[in-house]
Amino acid sequence: MTPLLDVRDLTICFPNATPVRNLSFGLAPAEALAIVGESGSGKSLTALALMRLLPGAARIASGRVRLDNDDLLALPEVEMRSRRGRDIAMIFQEPMTSLNPVLTIGRQIAEVLQLHRGLTKAQARREAAELLDLVRIPNPERCLDDHPHRLSGGMRQRVMIAIAAACRPKILIADEPTTALDVTIQAQVLELLDRLRRELSLSLLLITHDLGLVGQWADRVIVMYAGRKVEEASPGILFERPLHPYTRGLLAASPRLHDRLHYRSARLAEIPGNIASAATQAGCPFAPRCPDRLARCRTNVPDERDAASGRRVACHVDLTESSRGLHHDAALSY
Amino acid sequence: MTDAILDSTRPAERSPDDRLRTDPERPEWPNIHAPDTHLIAADAGHSRSQLLRRLGRNPSFVAGAGLLLVIFAAAVSAPVLFPGDPLSMVARPLLWPGQDLAYALGTDSLGRDVAAGLMHGARVSLLIGLVATTIGVAVGTAVGAVAGCRGGRIDDILVRIIELFQTVPSFILLVVLVAIAQPSITTVTWAIGLVTWPTIARLVRAEFRVLREKEFVMAARSLGFSDSRIVIREILPNALPAIIVTTSVMVATAILMEAALSFLGLGDPNVVSWGSMIGSGRELIRTAWYLTALPGVVIVLTVLSLNLIGDGLTDVLNPRLSKE
Amino acid sequence: MSNIQRIGNTFRRTILQAIPTVIGIIVINFFLLQLAPGDAADVLAGESGSATMETVAALRARFGLDQPVLLQLVAYLDNLAHLSLGYSPRYNLPVADIIGQRLPGTVALMATALVIALAGGIALGIVMATFAGRWPDRLISIVVTLFYSIPGFWIGLMLILLFSVKLGWLPSGGAATIGADVSGFDLLIDRARYMVLPALSLSLFYIAIYSRLARAAMLEAQAQDYVRTAAAKGLSPLTITVRHVLRNALLPVTTVAGMHFGGLLGGAVVVETVYSWPGLGRLAFEAVMSRDFSVLLGILLLSSLLVIVANMTVDLVQAWLDPRIEAR
Repeated sequence: MTPLLDVRDLTICFPNATPVRNLSFGLAPAEALAIVGESGSGKSLTALALMRLLPGAARIASGRVRLDNDDLLALPEVEMRSRRGRDIAMIFQEPMTSLNPVLTIGRQIAEVLQLHRGLTKAQARREAAELLDLVRIPNPERCLDDHPHRLSGGMRQRVMIAIAAACRPKILIADEPTTALDVTIQAQVLELLDRLRRELSLSLLLITHDLGLVGQWADRVIVMYAGRKVEEASPGILFERPLHPYTRGLLAASPRLHDRLHYRSARLAEIPGNIASAATQAGCPFAPRCPDRLARCRTNVPDERDAASGRRVACHVDLTESSRGLHHDAALSY
Repeated sequence: MTDAILDSTRPAERSPDDRLRTDPERPEWPNIHAPDTHLIAADAGHSRSQLLRRLGRNPSFVAGAGLLLVIFAAAVSAPVLFPGDPLSMVARPLLWPGQDLAYALGTDSLGRDVAAGLMHGARVSLLIGLVATTIGVAVGTAVGAVAGCRGGRIDDILVRIIELFQTVPSFILLVVLVAIAQPSITTVTWAIGLVTWPTIARLVRAEFRVLREKEFVMAARSLGFSDSRIVIREILPNALPAIIVTTSVMVATAILMEAALSFLGLGDPNVVSWGSMIGSGRELIRTAWYLTALPGVVIVLTVLSLNLIGDGLTDVLNPRLSKE
Repeated sequence: MSNIQRIGNTFRRTILQAIPTVIGIIVINFFLLQLAPGDAADVLAGESGSATMETVAALRARFGLDQPVLLQLVAYLDNLAHLSLGYSPRYNLPVADIIGQRLPGTVALMATALVIALAGGIALGIVMATFAGRWPDRLISIVVTLFYSIPGFWIGLMLILLFSVKLGWLPSGGAATIGADVSGFDLLIDRARYMVLPALSLSLFYIAIYSRLARAAMLEAQAQDYVRTAAAKGLSPLTITVRHVLRNALLPVTTVAGMHFGGLLGGAVVVETVYSWPGLGRLAFEAVMSRDFSVLLGILLLSSLLVIVANMTVDLVQAWLDPRIEAR
């Protein structure tokens, strides 16, 4: 199946750093793909790069982002503008600050409808009310005339989702959509995103550092470390048999993640070292923290390769299934 | 639901209600999250020589300081270069600048040397500017410190008084005060000091209110230091950058006020002042416009130098305010 | 809460807050009047030229000037309650009447100057923020710093020199052509010609203040998350600036505009004397020259009240611009 969105060799750089390197992935229609990584792994920059909304100093050094038959990165800015919010929409981490405090909710939703769908003010208002209803905001008519500060964080994120979904985009990028929210609200917002994905048959790109979300809401997971993809698999397989040492470390560091993972130690495992040290060195970025590293890990960057059951991994270590269980235990006993 | 936390910076506990949790991680959007002025101030205070070096590299500060130095030198050397009374007639009236090289900047309608007037005027302007600002800063800091530290009823009353003085148009109040007290260098200086203190009082109060809640002040308090020691040793030094920046601009304001007063004829009649030179020159603006233009240029340069110094100090001491 | 409701609540709150300030200003005024050398009786006696000690004492008694200070304060407050600010022997008119005649001139001048300052300052601020760090920003910054350093009365004289004396384009003083019998559009043009230079002289300093502030506020607002949201919607940079950035950036500018209203009034005093503008400022100047303290203090009182009104207006504008402001 040809993916709806096809990202090839995306490289993003700052003047003195390269936070995303040669990243490739595809997104199928109506698929939910999660990109997981700790802060600094380049996942949020990747999301912004797809929208071509990278902040100030960051720029796209190379790569291709194909949506339908166009390379988004090659479009003129004006053309790209007409895609934003219409074909590809995005919601952000901070619902508290992502809405304009001086404009009404209705105005902020109607704005995008008037822009991309050419609705009149009255039509846009009606549609905005329906959208608020769609994202399950009680009393949508009244909410239209409210200002953002009257709403809770969860409600504001629903409004953000309503804005993003307003033009029935093909792709919805959700950058840490629930990080700023309370646990109970998190589940509601994710449920809403999942429902919209089915009802509007849009593809969801979920950017998160929370492995818990991945298991429940994603069809496929990409694990990123220091700007590179280290592993890609469906969540079930990933949790059952993580291949890459980093993924294993992550899972070991996650409490109560999966019923089938049994802890032998009360102490929470941690991955030694930190991501910052990986930014500049040669070889595999994870090598300094890796329990299984080989000599060549220090010098050569591992290529991404296919592994069993449709997964991909970038690691020099022999990752045969038989050796996994043993390493798994090792990972847990850091 | 499961809850795997990768992000080491994420706070462990969650608030029960659905509200914002601030995430201290660096925002990837170039958001200017205004850094805490006081933290910067504290940082800046760490190395005095480093601070001076940064000031030395700041073009605004260097230009302003250079300019002010020249004006200061003129003020100091005035009695040497022009030993006579600048208010006495020395040559033919209304000589144009350059007409007679002995009076390079010309003479006014009473035959007074314009150059002598400008240089002696620098003494008056700088003196009044500096002394009036000192008065304003002293009163303002005292009032602001008491209001900011004490809080409660005293704070309420002092804030009311500050507000009162900020409501009355300061220049009109200044005119009234000087008119009542009869103009002289002393009365003008005091009057300017008395109308400018609320600016600094407000600032100091705000700074103190923030600073007194800071950890290092709490620590000093828990160690049992006296209030006066805490104020002088802990709080004041940290409020100083903001006070210094404002002070440089206040000197400029004081000089402008003095010029306007003496332009209106409310200056000390016994000394020459840039404002009064413009005031007496304006009658002749059609024929001898240099009499109006020259003192004005000197005022602009002086005020400009102080404002440039203020900008430079703001850049170095208070980067938040000049952030691009 | 609706807009109207919010603004109404703000109005009530600001009125309540203004009351103690007004009382304080009146008391200050009264004591300044006490400090002033000579009282109304002296002035009247001086005017008549042939007053004896007895007649002065009689005048004092008539005006209640021989009463204890506190009683005089009560009398002063009583007079104020009847909108009486005293009597000016020099003009032979009640002070309130004289001030009332001159007030519109000053208000018109200040309003024009404020509009010029806000429009010019915000426009320059937008340009500077748009080109932040590049040469238009630097160039305007330098010009603005210069504006910030120029005394209003001096630039007034220089403008007269250039536009009236040298070029002969605009009148050098006054508020209207004397004896000109014009109406309608011509009248407007005539008034505008007299207004341009004084308003410009007065506004230059404030253009400097507002442009710096607008620049900072624009940059601050541009970096906010909601601007990124607007960009993600596909809005054009112009729409983002006008609809999302500007209105948020205007909030601090309006606050500061209110704070500087008193300064603007003070500046008007000097600029009015430069242009012989028939307003409160020139009246103040004349009052100083003739030591007519009842007029001078009347002006001080009234201008303080004007500032209070201006501050209240700013609060209302803020309540209108910023929905987060609710009755506190």
